[in-house]
Amino acid sequence: MADRQTLTESGSGGELPGAGAETAPDLPFGAPIGAEAARESAREATATAAVAAASAAAVRRGGRFRGLLPRRSGKLVTGLVIVGAITLFGLLGPLIAQPPRDSNNPALLPPGPEHWLGTTKLGYDVFSQLAYGTQGSLFIGLVAGLVALVLGGLFGVFAGYFGGIADEVLTLITNIVLVIPGLPVVMVIAAYVQNADGLGPLARSSLLVALVLGITSWAGSAVVLRAQARSLRTREYVAAARVAGERPARIIFVEILPNLVPLLAAQFIFGVILAVLGEAGLSYLGLGPTGSITLGTMLNDAQTGQAVGTGAWWWFVPPGAIIAALGAGLSLINFAIDEVVNPKLRLAPENAKRQRKATKAGKGVADTGAFA
Amino acid sequence: MSFYLRRVAFYLVTFWAAISLNFLLPRLLPGDPAAIMLGKLRRANAGRPLSEETVQAITAILGAEKGTSLWDQYLAYWGRLLQGDLGVSSTRYPAPVAELISAALPWTIVLVGTATVISFVLGIVVGAWVGWRRGTWLDHLVPVTTVFQSIPYFWLALVLVAVFSVQLGIFPIIGGYDVFEFPGGPEWSWAFLGSAVWHAVLPATTIVLSSIGGWLLGMRNMMVSTMSEDFIVTAEAKGLTPRRIRTKYASRNAAIPSLAGFGIALGFVVAGSIVMEQVFSYPGIGKLMIQAVQGLDYALMQGVFLVITLTVLAANFVMDLIYGFIDPRVRHNG
Repeated sequence: MADRQTLTESGSGGELPGAGAETAPDLPFGAPIGAEAARESAREATATAAVAAASAAAVRRGGRFRGLLPRRSGKLVTGLVIVGAITLFGLLGPLIAQPPRDSNNPALLPPGPEHWLGTTKLGYDVFSQLAYGTQGSLFIGLVAGLVALVLGGLFGVFAGYFGGIADEVLTLITNIVLVIPGLPVVMVIAAYVQNADGLGPLARSSLLVALVLGITSWAGSAVVLRAQARSLRTREYVAAARVAGERPARIIFVEILPNLVPLLAAQFIFGVILAVLGEAGLSYLGLGPTGSITLGTMLNDAQTGQAVGTGAWWWFVPPGAIIAALGAGLSLINFAIDEVVNPKLRLAPENAKRQRKATKAGKGVADTGAFA
Repeated sequence: MSFYLRRVAFYLVTFWAAISLNFLLPRLLPGDPAAIMLGKLRRANAGRPLSEETVQAITAILGAEKGTSLWDQYLAYWGRLLQGDLGVSSTRYPAPVAELISAALPWTIVLVGTATVISFVLGIVVGAWVGWRRGTWLDHLVPVTTVFQSIPYFWLALVLVAVFSVQLGIFPIIGGYDVFEFPGGPEWSWAFLGSAVWHAVLPATTIVLSSIGGWLLGMRNMMVSTMSEDFIVTAEAKGLTPRRIRTKYASRNAAIPSLAGFGIALGFVVAGSIVMEQVFSYPGIGKLMIQAVQGLDYALMQGVFLVITLTVLAANFVMDLIYGFIDPRVRHNG
């Protein structure tokens, strides 16, 4: 799901606003369309100039990336708060909760003062399981997200930068991986690997699950990164660096990668969401890690323990709710990044809102038509 | 024309890659699935020795004894596939894998197909409207949809079952049809069709609810981007009615990337519905896959994986051809 969304959003190839984005002239309201166009062209001009100047000088100043940071908006703050709270819960929760596999409690207790989220069929404390499970899921999400980011970056940036035969081959591989459905591949690989001898304790560890999820989910970000790298390659400052005799590795890491930072961040966040969801599905089917507790293994326990049939909602609702909240929080952060990558997403609604306000204030602006 | 040739070539290569991946996975990953599978089949056959034919089929699919070259194995594998022979299942011995798949496939295709189309159309229509009314309270719908999008399919299914089946008792809990009313299996009658539709309501709702957010959001964002293009300004200046601008100018162009994403999304929907079918015990291809994986029925697992991959490839291929027809630019830029 998430991959398609990035494709449609970032595929439109928005310009990266550079360090000069804030200096665009604040045109008075009047002709919204013209103003927007002027503002945009001004922004693009200053952006290109600023990035080019910064790169050509190759000076590392503190403020260089300020234009690449998302603006502080409601979405960003909400997302950060949700993700921060869940992360804190995953880190600190296990310290205060009782051991997650302590079965010295009454079974299937509903939520109460003694056990905040009740107990499972085996008498495990759900709150404690949830804390450990959040930690486990976050670990898998981060590792898999990193693996996917590195692979996607390698395939996408190299294909986009080098072009020609290398591009054809790398893009072909990317597209093949993209169309082959992910979860079935993960299930098949997991089924083989987890039942092999010789891997020892690694065979059903969360590290292996994370690696499998990462290796199968990088293609979407490779497509997005390739498109952006291709467009960056044709900029003047990259051409200048090439003419100056810079090595390709240096051009990629010094000139191109810094401008991909917002996209890379967005792709990493999507990778984490995808991996957390993927782990949940995999574990729910009984293919998850056996040694550690994750949100997915909790759901699997709830399934085998007939939680739905017996009405023990406190057993299966919290893990899913944490996953949904984590995914929503990360997506909100991604929206903020998206508005940096594609300024139209931020400007157009703001302009439309301004026009409507002006109409209400009786400034003689038409209140019908496409822009009202 | 070269656009179509390129697309056909790409899908031929992908088709070959998918089948080769299917060939290589059991051979390159650690473990000896062929030996495990033959052991399982022997037990299923009550200890009697297996027929030479069965053993050959399994070794062709999952890996021969040491000594046979990989290339010979590869040829034997293709030979089996071209005959439509996917081996014998051990969990449902002695049913052939191909037969099990062809019985399960229609359930999934009808359910997932219908639900995906409903979700796509709804998402595009609502997304176009929300994008059109950008800057109003409707923008707050965007964060709400992300919550739905981040909910795991199967968890939503669990919650729906808990509320509508266990608590309220409106919908059936599991299955694709009423097995007590129709003990003889699926049949062509209105009563059976009604039972099947009734059983499909919750699974379909699950798919629609958890996939609509992506469509809505993608369409809304494209609509917002498209609305600031010059040709929209021109249309407005010409004095065209807003309705005409919305439907004929903005929506049509904004929907193009969503259409391109449709094929890729199908893969995710199929994947998501695997876990969903487990929740509902729906007699589709996902349930079969789960049975195979849990019972270490490697022949069945390989077969189902192949069929899922090829179905998604075929859907993507069709979407690509349609896309080339809708958007002439991709035909010319290749």
